This record gives sequence, structure tokens and C-alpha cells, in this order.
Amino acid sequence: MKHSFIDEYSDLDSFIHRLDPRTKLITSLALIAAVVLTPASNWRIFVFYFCVVAVLLMISKLPPLYVLKRSVVIFPFVFLIAVFIPFFKEGEIAGSYNIWLWEISVTYSGLLILANVMVKAWLCILALILLSSTTKIADLLKGLRQLGIPLVMILILSFMYRYIFVLADEVMRMQQARDSRNFGGKRLHQLKTIGSMVGTLFIRSYERGERIYAAMLSRGFDGQIRTLQNLSFGPADAYFSAIFCLMLIFPCVIWW
Amino acid sequence: MDKVIEIKNLSFNYPDGHQGLKNVDFIVCPGENVAVIGPNGAGKSTLLLHLNGILRGNSSVKICGLVMDDKNLKEIRKRVGLVFQDPEDQLFSLSVFDDVAFGPINMGYSELEVRQRVTRALEWVGMGGYGKRSPHHLSFGEKKRIAIATVMSLDPEVLVIDEPTSNLDPRGKWSLIELLKQLPMTKIIATHDLELVRALCHRTMVMDEGKVVADGGTEAILGDAHLLKEHGLAPPNI
Repeated sequence: MKHSFIDEYSDLDSFIHRLDPRTKLITSLALIAAVVLTPASNWRIFVFYFCVVAVLLMISKLPPLYVLKRSVVIFPFVFLIAVFIPFFKEGEIAGSYNIWLWEISVTYSGLLILANVMVKAWLCILALILLSSTTKIADLLKGLRQLGIPLVMILILSFMYRYIFVLADEVMRMQQARDSRNFGGKRLHQLKTIGSMVGTLFIRSYERGERIYAAMLSRGFDGQIRTLQNLSFGPADAYFSAIFCLMLIFPCVIWW
Repeated sequence: MDKVIEIKNLSFNYPDGHQGLKNVDFIVCPGENVAVIGPNGAGKSTLLLHLNGILRGNSSVKICGLVMDDKNLKEIRKRVGLVFQDPEDQLFSLSVFDDVAFGPINMGYSELEVRQRVTRALEWVGMGGYGKRSPHHLSFGEKKRIAIATVMSLDPEVLVIDEPTSNLDPRGKWSLIELLKQLPMTKIIATHDLELVRALCHRTMVMDEGKVVADGGTEAILGDAHLLKEHGLAPPNI
């Protein structure tokens, strides 16, 4: 079964793809921090940051439509969380409505914050798409490891990414087998079936875990994970980081 | 030290009380290709897991003259390469290179040597240049080959393979058999695939219900239709 993977376009070749994962991790985090810390009223800074991200996306040769599609996924989540802000924020009233017994009013400053939260979230997700689509997950994890994230976390992420698709396939096969036998009947019966499917999946994963561990032991695993470090922080990374940080600071200096 | 594997009177009970092996004797000399055949649940895989100490029964298991104990475990695992049936279990890293390098790195080889071993192992199985790929992007046959490369990178003296041809289409199967033929070391292969046995192994051992029921030349055993039928193995129709 073919799945679309998180790092779908990571085997393209571009300047961004060739950068060291650590460079990309740190600059992405810096961009996110800068976006989050910028006050809502300074819209020019957001426009500038958007241009920076857009240029980087262009350099990275990612298909624009793909990036756009991925990025809108974030909106429902952010919207659900932020949609009530205009109703609670105090300030100049933009409009008020009478619904049965309540009077509800929306304020300008609240709307501004809502719009701003959406913009910030969108910029952040664009940065993360840029990071995850130009870096192979394996390299990303290596980079995280070298930046000091505990090995256990890296291993959990790595096994999760390796086996999530194997499990998804297993679930799909179970569903097909279930539907082939005319799944239906009463609600209670359905729940029972789904319950035992979840249980079966758990047992299978557990047993798979044991087999994987045996395969690791067979090749001399003794509890220590060792890897070869083949990341290289070159001059390109240094220039990129320096220029990128200047780009982050530049708009703050002129428009703050 | 003229025997690669020397197992005497091995019995093994699973934690749930189910008896996996009963009084198994198994001796393999260097350069032999031995097939272990038998119906499902005969104890083939259980026996294989004893060959590198994943499971340990009640008896003396000697590998390359080394007694199976905690002290020799690492050395034994270096000499016995065990390939599991499902390559999804064998390949647990995010890149083929990392998987093939896993064994050599654990053995403490230098970085240069690890790289040489990985390159060589991948070329052995005809998958040179696949190092950067991730296992979940490979076809099933490719996964099988990489799984073999993951133990070949340790230069084992004995290659132990569980069901190498299961789930492979005929073309994939025969190209894997050709590949196995070319590998020089002692091989122990657990399988149901009697075509594979005939093509690759001079000696065949039949197991059923945890016991060895026959052990001898492949031609003699595959010629004995009664024996095969009795233990749930149809004779090959070649």
C-alpha cells in the first residue's frame, strides 16, 4: 500500500534541501519565535516575514499548490480555538446582536486579534512545511539528536514513523476483511466488533514489537543505540543562518 | 572445532507451558546447506531462535565451538546471522543504510569499516546504491534482500534464514534462490518451499511437533512421499 509521507518532497534537490538539518531546525524555530512575539498591530512585519518564507519556498522548488493545500489544514483547529476572542475582548464595538435573551457584541480589537492569530498560525505552519518537506525525517531526527534532544525521544519518534504505515496497512486489511463479511447489524454489535479489532491490533503491535526486539538482539543490540554522524555544517549553512537572522531582525528595527 | 553448530538433546518450553522443542539433536558442519522443513507449528522457528541465543533451552548449544552463555553471546551473534521471516520486523530504521549498519556499529567497528561493510553487503544482495532509500518505500522482494544484507554486513559464518521465499512471486523467489546460492557461508533455512530446498540444500531435516523426525540427504527425503505426506508436506511436482 502506498501512503503519502510527511517528508513527501524531501528527495528533491535544492539549496534548501542541501542545508544541514540543524540549520533548518534552528532557523525555523527562530522564525516561529519571531512571528509569535511580533505585536498584532505591526502588520508590515508579517508581510515581510511572509515574503521571506515565500522566497524560501520558491528556492526549495516545492509545488506551491501542495504547500497551500497542506497549510490550510491548520485553519479549522486555530479557528475553533480563536473564534470566541472577538466576543470577549473589550474595546470599540464593531457590531452587536440580540440573540434571545443575550446581547452579544463583537469588538474591533477582538477581530484584529482573531485575524492576527490566524496569520501567525499560517506563517508558522508554512515554516514547518518548509522544514519537513525539505528534510528527510531520518536527517531531521539526527539533527534533533545533535541539538541535545534525549535519545529515547528520538527512538520513539523514529520507530513511530517507521511503523505507523505498517500499522495503517494492517488496520486497512482488517477493515476490508470485516466489510467483506457484511459488517452491519445493531449498534451494540458494531461497537463490539470495533472493540475487538482495536484489541487485536494492540496484541499484534505488541508481538511485532517483540519480534523487532529479537531482530535487534540478533544483530548485537545491547541497549545502547549508536549511530554514525554524517551531518556536516558547512559554510553555506553559516551564511544562510546569518542572512536569515538579519532578515528576522531587519523589519523589527525599521517598523517597531 | 570442526562443527559449526552442535546441539544435543535440546528441549524448550514456552512460558505458557506449550512445548516448543523436544530432545532435538542438530549438528551442522562448515559449508553445509541444511533445510529445516515441517508443517506450521513444528518448531522450526523456535529452533532457529536458539541458534543465536534469543531463546535458550535446557541443553548445551555450541556454536563454532563456543558454548552458549552470556559471555559468548556477542561473539555468537556476530557469527550467526539470523534473518527473520517478516522483513518489516528486520528493517526497523528510517534508512536502508542505518539498518545495514546497525549490526556493525553494535560490534564497535570504526566508521570507515562500517561504511565498507554496508557497501559490500548491499552489493552482495544486488542492492548497491539503495543506502539512502527508506525501507517503507521498497517492494517486498527488495525488503527481503535488504533484510539479508543486514546480517551479511556482519560477515557471519552461518546464515540462518526463516522462510526466505514466503510471499514472493516466482520470479522474486528464483532470483532470491540464485542470490543465496552465491553466498559462500554455511546456511540453515527453515521453509515450506520444497523447490527451494531442492535447488539449494544438500541436506534436509524434517521436524514435526517439536521433534526431529527425519534427517538426511535432500534427494532421499524429498523422494519419500510417504514421509512428506505424513508430516503435512506435499512432495514437489518437478
